[in-house]
Amino acid sequence: MAKITVDGKVFEVDPNNNLLEEVLSHKQDLPYFCWHPSMGSVGSCRQCAMIEYANDDDQRGRQIMACMTSPREGARYSIEKAAKFRAQAIESIMTSHPHDCPVCEEGGECHLQDMTVMSGHTYRRYDGKKSTHTNQDLGPFIGHEMNRCITCYRCVRFYRDYAGGTDFGPQASHNHTYFGRFQEGTLESEFSGNLAEVCPTGVFTDKVFSKQYSRKWDLQTSPSVCAACGVGCNINPGERYGTLRRVVNRFNDEVNGYFICDKGRFGTGYVNSNQRLRVNMSRSSHDGQPSELTPTEAKAHLRAMKGKAIGIGSPRASVEANFALRALVGKDNFYAGVSDAEFGLLSQVLDIYQNRPVHAASIKDIEKSDAVLVLGEDVTNTAARIALALRQSVKNIGREMAAKLKLPMWHDAAIRTLAMDKKSPLYILSAHATRLDDIAKQVHIASAADSARIGFAVAHALDISAPAVNDLTAAETTLVNSIAADLKAAKNPLVVAGTSSLEPALLSAAANIATALANGDKHANIALCVPEANSLGLMLLLDGAQNTLGKAMQSGANEAIVLENDLYRRAASAAVTTFLTSLQNLAVIDSLQTRTGEAANLVLAAGTFAETTGTFVNYEGRAQHFYSTFKAAKEIMSSAKWLCDTEFGQEPRIHILTGGAAAILPNGYKLQKLTPGADWTFNGAKAPRQHHRYSGRTAMRAHINVHEPKQEQDEDGLMTFSMEGVPPTTDATIFNSPWAPGWNSNQALFKFQKHTGAELSQAGHGELLFDGSAGAKAWYAATVTKATLQGFAMFPLYHLFGSEELTAKSDAIQARATAAYVALNPADAARLGLGASDGVQVQNNGAVPFLVRNSVQPGTVGISVGLSGLNFQDMTTGVALNKATNWQNPKDWRAGNIIVSDAGSASAYGRGTQGNG
Amino acid sequence: MTLTNKPLTKNIEAGRAAFNFAQYQAAGGYQSVAKALTYKPRDLMKLVQDSGLGGRGGAGFNTGLKWSFIPEPDGGPRYLVVNADEMEPGTFKDRLLMENDPHLLIEGMITAAIALQATMSYIFLRGEYKEAEKALLKAIKEAYEAGMLGHNIQGSSYSLDMALHTSAGRYICGEETALINALEGKRANPRFKPPFPQVSGLWGRPTLVNNVETICNIPGIVANGVDWFKGLGINGQFGTRISGVSGRVKNPGCWEMPVGTTFRTLFEDYAGGMQDGYQMKAFLPGGGSTDFLLPEHLDLPMIPGDVQKAGSRLGTSLIMVLDDKTCPVGCVHNLIKFFAHESCGWCTPCRDGLPWAEHMLLKLEKGEGSLQDIEILKEACGYMAPGNTFCALAPGAAEPLQSGLKYFMDEFVEHVNHGCKYHKH
Amino acid sequence: MSNLIASTAPKARQLTPEEIHDIEHEKTHYPYAQAVGLEALKIVQKYQGWVSDESLLAVADYLKLPPDELEGVATFFNMIFRRPVGKNVILLCDSVACWMLGCDSLKSHISSKLGIDYGQTTADNQFTLIPVPCLGDCDKAPTMMVGDVTYRNLTPAKIDTILAECKARG
Ligand SMILES: Cc1cc2nc3c(=O)[nH]c(=O)nc-3n(C[C@H](O)[C@H](O)[C@H](O)COP(=O)(O)O)c2cc1C
Ligand code: SF4
Ligand code: FES
Repeated sequence: MAKITVDGKVFEVDPNNNLLEEVLSHKQDLPYFCWHPSMGSVGSCRQCAMIEYANDDDQRGRQIMACMTSPREGARYSIEKAAKFRAQAIESIMTSHPHDCPVCEEGGECHLQDMTVMSGHTYRRYDGKKSTHTNQDLGPFIGHEMNRCITCYRCVRFYRDYAGGTDFGPQASHNHTYFGRFQEGTLESEFSGNLAEVCPTGVFTDKVFSKQYSRKWDLQTSPSVCAACGVGCNINPGERYGTLRRVVNRFNDEVNGYFICDKGRFGTGYVNSNQRLRVNMSRSSHDGQPSELTPTEAKAHLRAMKGKAIGIGSPRASVEANFALRALVGKDNFYAGVSDAEFGLLSQVLDIYQNRPVHAASIKDIEKSDAVLVLGEDVTNTAARIALALRQSVKNIGREMAAKLKLPMWHDAAIRTLAMDKKSPLYILSAHATRLDDIAKQVHIASAADSARIGFAVAHALDISAPAVNDLTAAETTLVNSIAADLKAAKNPLVVAGTSSLEPALLSAAANIATALANGDKHANIALCVPEANSLGLMLLLDGAQNTLGKAMQSGANEAIVLENDLYRRAASAAVTTFLTSLQNLAVIDSLQTRTGEAANLVLAAGTFAETTGTFVNYEGRAQHFYSTFKAAKEIMSSAKWLCDTEFGQEPRIHILTGGAAAILPNGYKLQKLTPGADWTFNGAKAPRQHHRYSGRTAMRAHINVHEPKQEQDEDGLMTFSMEGVPPTTDATIFNSPWAPGWNSNQALFKFQKHTGAELSQAGHGELLFDGSAGAKAWYAATVTKATLQGFAMFPLYHLFGSEELTAKSDAIQARATAAYVALNPADAARLGLGASDGVQVQNNGAVPFLVRNSVQPGTVGISVGLSGLNFQDMTTGVALNKATNWQNPKDWRAGNIIVSDAGSASAYGRGTQGNG
Repeated sequence: MTLTNKPLTKNIEAGRAAFNFAQYQAAGGYQSVAKALTYKPRDLMKLVQDSGLGGRGGAGFNTGLKWSFIPEPDGGPRYLVVNADEMEPGTFKDRLLMENDPHLLIEGMITAAIALQATMSYIFLRGEYKEAEKALLKAIKEAYEAGMLGHNIQGSSYSLDMALHTSAGRYICGEETALINALEGKRANPRFKPPFPQVSGLWGRPTLVNNVETICNIPGIVANGVDWFKGLGINGQFGTRISGVSGRVKNPGCWEMPVGTTFRTLFEDYAGGMQDGYQMKAFLPGGGSTDFLLPEHLDLPMIPGDVQKAGSRLGTSLIMVLDDKTCPVGCVHNLIKFFAHESCGWCTPCRDGLPWAEHMLLKLEKGEGSLQDIEILKEACGYMAPGNTFCALAPGAAEPLQSGLKYFMDEFVEHVNHGCKYHKH
Repeated sequence: MSNLIASTAPKARQLTPEEIHDIEHEKTHYPYAQAVGLEALKIVQKYQGWVSDESLLAVADYLKLPPDELEGVATFFNMIFRRPVGKNVILLCDSVACWMLGCDSLKSHISSKLGIDYGQTTADNQFTLIPVPCLGDCDKAPTMMVGDVTYRNLTPAKIDTILAECKARG
């Protein structure tokens, strides 16, 4: 640490950091544009000027850019004395700005507005023409209004340098510099939505939000957690007039940091969908006429099932909802609502985290890794935020090189130049080419079973006591040695695997590698991707019971309560239909209508994540609490509230259920730490969900009733559905959207961080349920079952846009998704006699379009998961394929939405619709 | 053998084609290479440092000292890059050297590369210099054929390759770090220093960038020694340099002359003074990015320090003469327009400040300007001062503007409401 | 990785053997393909007169560079023509020395003679007029280049002769 003086105030600062970040850490107001805590400094905007004095006698000083300066011990600086230059800089930046704030989506949360005011530019002297640009259609997610650009280069630094996107960049030069695509078209990066947040003004905007726009201060918001995958990024959804308008990133330094993926940001349209269940209904028999129920009646029906029904839980419902179901039906009658294969895999994930000497890697840990092995998991599509973190991990070599030259770590451009194409090692073992291949040291295409064999061999190479693999080819042995050597040489090695390949041996192999690395000094980082927001929470509530869905369907029960689940996505259609029709009484609680729901005689409308409060446990065992953003219509209740038994009170506050679950989960006491408690107040007030500038409260319902309704109460506790209260900034666990005087944009965040870019002042990164120290060294057997197959060996293909059940029902996601399809090797496609416009008959499950991918191994077929037109659960490992008769591609077949690097070329295969390399 | 006192231009003769390899060697060329190979690299750098040779690209920094910041070889690639992107308005000296004696540059590069232990060398040539391109390509080929380039040059253990890179017309590529980005195939935005290119330059490797004329001095220094080189200068200066004159003078052109020669000698003796009917009003001493000087400054020797004391920079030492029948406001406008267009677009004062300045100058010319515009122009000079921008382009652009305002304020004011009174060519 | 949503988007053309030969030669000088990007664009321009979208994509494909990156470079440089130009590109120096010696009136002369302003091409596709920063021939101002040839100490009469010669060459 060093002591410096800034305008007479003495600050302790980190001399290795840049002065801007340090000054902001002391909560000073110093304007900036191009710097970003996650992207370092490049010094282009010249807005962060300060004066540096050479010594005590120096009166004039020297103007410096704070972001490009490391503070000197004992030195004197001034922010005030550089005010004139900063005003000039903003004035010249604004010469060509359109001043269209009234019609700009960024208005009111615009960093440019804030900095303009802060820098003192209020009177316009420039009287010339503005330089103007044409905009591009960048697809369904991102709007483009280039005239607002202030040329800070943040967009390209995020899109290209940080997120590895290649289809976007700067063009032209001088004051015509332009940021866009070579040709108009959809931005390919899975992280494009972050452009709307990194752009300090309104060039890149959230198109979904634009269509249902509201000013930031008119949104009702709450701290929430993304429900779209197992990573659990923290988000901040915003509501107005009863509809969810948008999602923005909510900072959590351990998980998502400043960035989330496009599925999380743009995938919440289902909350407003017309497929939402908005009434509660019952019918006396399967095909009888439904009748509408009041909530009280509905709840009575449900409670009447107590003691008779089995319960099927849900990996997409909260810990509290699953706990309430379990409490209602009893532990023995509580079943996992996941496929049986997934059940085994998730059980193993728990076994690894709980009984092996491994550390579940957070996103932050992943970013720090300096050698990574990805074992059979297509993270870009199953856990996108991890892919973004892996992109950062390979840059660590550059930081090491820079450290040797004593270059400061904030010097982003210099570090990139120094590293050039050198990357920290990342190995990818996968059944097909992936979107991370461009940063991999080596990509090895192999079946999940073969990838697992290689994994086992790596573990053995690292620790000879780990079980060996005998039948490796020479090429495999070379690969194994290379992986082992790199992992061994690394300071922070990491293994990434997951459940999506449906291969337990992959998890075993990953566990063996991490165990082998876990000797003494090595932090054995492992990240095991799980499919859904609360997959692990659900499994933990089973508390070791082997209550699989298969067993549930065989249980002979006459009555069942299905929690937020479409069983047709969990088991073979025939088995599900048999089970559902065998039931006399089926209650389904869900937010959207499903095929399972259609078979129910009691359907209860559940709140989505945006309308409920609860807890999710993410892929690393991190429990995170989310607060409802708005109150759903009165017919809709959160699943937990539907299910909770009288023993918790008629309508218990959610923390009582959390407390109940706490008694079951490992380290469950930590759940109590997730919130400051339902009775928390700050100076006697609760935390408002509405901004203190929330407008129209008394008028927004006046067309319905001139009497202003009573403000909705949140019986769950510490936040209100109103403006009253104290903005929840004193406790990070209920930290809402950041705002500080003069800082109306998301850049206000630094005011709430301990140190700029680092954790929030009142830490709030969830609670880890696995402590990683419990496990002892033990090995999984290096056995891989090789099925003898009839037909093609199947592997699943996940799609970020479309594979997940709920997000797939959002308009924006549908625009990026496609119908179900199969992916084939070119030779196989030729062997099946497939022509350009043919389809493929898949067993007896129907016919689908196909895609030729060069990386797909002969004799194997990739089958899309979750896309409409094919039920993945109906597949067997050996799939019979034939050319479809009378085939016509379905309307929602959009091959152009499948972005792959290995699409078979048109000339090689006479088909020109797919992406090409 | 009597040593030449015009080491840069001794082989140049109007109307005669440039020497080929054999002719060049016969005229005493390539001696420095053999000599350099007998030196320890650090001693060679020291020799150049002792000669006092200053960079001829504009900044004038001691060349040998600049070289000495390169780290010891680590087995990886190291680069020598010659800056032949000559695009500074009013500057035409590197063109002369490359078109008329390409082997001198190549010899200098080889000798410099030996000192630097460079593994590869590039000439970064301005795209419009087609004649220089032809001359250099031919000369490089001849040098390879003669074993001066390539593997184990002249039977030594030292190997060096050389390639010509032709650019595509951007002034900013002359800035050495922007040049490096351009050579890497990137947009030519400058880089922040540190790290200096000597430490992390081309592709992150140790790199030296030198001007053409700087490198052309190396053969003489190494072959003939420091004392000879020192003896070439006058007024306490060392060596020779190419200076020249453009504008309405009788005999525009450029010539090699002792460092330390006065502007007056250059202007009157070499360029023959003004054309009949014209008076010198002011002159830009070394390119478009230097401050105007007045006739009263003609007796200054062309020495960086002396010129700086007079409120300008020596720059490239090719002077442009503003005559009394040409509008100083128009002249400044022309320059600012150039700089605004050539701004790389990276940093704000340059990207957005220069077009604004250009707009006001145009208004003044058209008679639409105001006194406030002149005030803002004055402010703009401070706004674009050194340190405020990412590279030296914008501060350079501010130099003719600020000195124009200083010396010709009454003419600027006269333009308000009246526009330009000068005869339009 | 190209995105195919816009199916009307231009596609890469085939590079000619000459173009490939020249690009391959340039590749020998650099350790990274990216460094050849600008040279390759210039090669294409040499043969095609300008760099069409199809050409840019072809170079990107050939060098395995993202087209967006190459476009960033192509549009940065003054002398890469991303729009068609005439057979003879006139680069008229408009920097200070030439300005002092009357390049503005030469510009008017050319414009009225050919009926084109800066950035425009004659209807017969013979000439495109472009201003160029200082050509480094200030002692022989005013100057211009047509194609690879530099013309010095220009006068309106000289320009007339040059244009006529160019036109005759076609
Ligand atoms: C905007 C700008 C343009 C420049 N253009 C040139 C140029 O065309 N040629 C040149 O040799 N140096 C140019 N320089 C100077 C170079 O950055 C660098 O100082 C020089 O090439 C170093 O060579 P030297 O040490 O041999 O003088 C320019 C600098 C700036 C800031
Ligand atoms: S001063 Fe800034 S914008 Fe201008 S050329 Fe230099 S880096 Fe580019
Ligand atoms: S934030 Fe420092 S220059 Fe942009």
